[in-house]
Amino acid sequence: MRRRTRAARTLPVLRAALLLGACLVMAAPFLWMAVTSLMGQLEVFSGRGILPAAPLWSNYPEALTAQPFGRYLLNSLVFSVAVVAGQIVTATTAGYAFARIDFPGRQKLFMLFLATMMVPVVIVLIPRFLLIDALGWIDTYQGLISTELVSVWGIFLMRQYFRTLPRELEDAARVDGAGPLRVFISVALPLAKPAVATLALFAFIDAWKNLLWPLLATRSMEMRVVEVGIAAFHSTYEINWPYQMAAGVVAVLPIALLFLFTQRYFVRGIQLEGIR
Amino acid sequence: MTPAPRGVTLRGVVKRFGSVTAVADADLEIRPGELMALVGPSGCGKSTLLRLIAGLEEPGGGEILIGERPVNDIPPGDRDVAMVFQSYALYPHMTVAANLGFGLRVRGTDRGEIEERVERTARILGLGDLLARRPGQLSGGQQQRVALGRAMVRDPGVFLFDEPLSNLDAGLRLRTRDQIASLHQRLGTTMIFVTHDQTEALSLGQRVAVMDRGEILQVGTPDAVYRRPASLFVAAFVGSPPINRLGLSGTDDGGVAGGPFRFATDPPLAAATLAVRPEDLTVTPPSFRPDITPPVRADFTATVLRVEALGSEQRVHLDGPGSATWIARTPPSLRVDPGDPVHVSVAWERTHLFGPDGSRVGAPPRPIHILRDS
Repeated sequence: MRRRTRAARTLPVLRAALLLGACLVMAAPFLWMAVTSLMGQLEVFSGRGILPAAPLWSNYPEALTAQPFGRYLLNSLVFSVAVVAGQIVTATTAGYAFARIDFPGRQKLFMLFLATMMVPVVIVLIPRFLLIDALGWIDTYQGLISTELVSVWGIFLMRQYFRTLPRELEDAARVDGAGPLRVFISVALPLAKPAVATLALFAFIDAWKNLLWPLLATRSMEMRVVEVGIAAFHSTYEINWPYQMAAGVVAVLPIALLFLFTQRYFVRGIQLEGIR
Repeated sequence: MTPAPRGVTLRGVVKRFGSVTAVADADLEIRPGELMALVGPSGCGKSTLLRLIAGLEEPGGGEILIGERPVNDIPPGDRDVAMVFQSYALYPHMTVAANLGFGLRVRGTDRGEIEERVERTARILGLGDLLARRPGQLSGGQQQRVALGRAMVRDPGVFLFDEPLSNLDAGLRLRTRDQIASLHQRLGTTMIFVTHDQTEALSLGQRVAVMDRGEILQVGTPDAVYRRPASLFVAAFVGSPPINRLGLSGTDDGGVAGGPFRFATDPPLAAATLAVRPEDLTVTPPSFRPDITPPVRADFTATVLRVEALGSEQRVHLDGPGSATWIARTPPSLRVDPGDPVHVSVAWERTHLFGPDGSRVGAPPRPIHILRDS
């Protein structure tokens, strides 16, 4: 009896400690980034301590004006929003088709789609680049955006979700006179809102923090996105860590805020992937 | 206002799912304005049959007509049918009003008329105060009425009900049953009602179609199905408590016999099953044993095993002939206790005889003579 009460008392403490530890491990790089962003360039490697002697808030305006970050942020936003919109359209329609429309070879085609998830992103960078180059789309929005519009992960997510919707709802709509497109738009899609929200969130974050593809697909300063701009601190200004970290904090902020308000969709997204 | 009701005709309709035959060669004629109950155990194909009529499944063969029109190739929305689903299938993201009006909106009915018809339907079903709510905010009974309303609002030629009462509690189920019956009287629309509950089928249906393993075994009025079951399956499935059964075996003189029962059969049968409804057994204390003259009744003595007093009636479980327990339905005035010996008699014309394949044997079976097991 006593042992059980002791276990009951220590267990939550243990759990909290474990979570706190994990939390620290996850947060440490971000905290380090924030702290570094307020240091002087020489202070970073001085080894005098973790915290800046006197926070250099001026790093922020200086970093953000060293390059046209306003433009970068706008580009990131355009890129991310367009990718989100595109992926919602392609993932919901394709996911619905894979979930509900009976067409020959459906299962095989779906497996083929899934198989592409096993191909590392880096491997397809070159074909994608050649593709947009052939179209003359290098350093344009359409070049940046077009090859990001389809996400197999998104299709998979939506298919899994559509499969969980009661079929009778769609049957009812069919008896009510709705054709396949109407059933999709008026019944299936509104009910899939939670999954669409999850998809949008993940797509937005993926696009926002995408470095490699925008680095390849764009050349001019006008077309750069935030991530590329941050990376550019390495070359343009040697390696200015505080500036880079200050720009990094600014770039992370929208995502962090988004996460605060949409945590449950993250969790749901991870759960959905487990549904077979 | 209400359009002319339409009949529904099925001719040799077949539906297979892979190697499973869900509906086998179904022929059925549902008259305009009729309330037909489709009844059978779960998995018998009754819901599939309904979905075939609705157009939600494509038949593998045969022809379906609604009114005079073959509808095999017509999508569900253009068949002039409305369906109430077992789960109600209300659109959870729409208000009650939007649920009711969805079918009209899809058809491009103008807004004023939609509003008017939704309101009229809501009034009939007492949903007036709920129009702005969503299905999740309604009780089961209210959801059921919305589902009914969604079907009614379109004034369809045929109503299809797929076990709409099975999710309701007992009291509400009875009330909704009455509501559907009065709705049928009021609208005069053709209705096809699928249920696994034979009481529901008999009480609602003007005619009843009994199904098993994809086949329609018998179609008739509730009385005909109950009084003159076409097969042993129908006899056993319809009626509660279930019909009493006794296996009979062939005799040297070409008849069949078992316990106190003995029948001449033509042609001779190797085996047969006798069935008697519980209310067709007359139970009396042994002292009142009437003097019986063949061929009016068969009789035997039995011991009371259990007595169920249900108020208006009494069910007496007996160790009758054969291995199974016999159940007799008696007036509550009969005073018997477990262990009591009783005398049981059966009128011959109330017995049913079924051949080895389960089909009914001829006209009322002719008894040869009666054995008394005294």
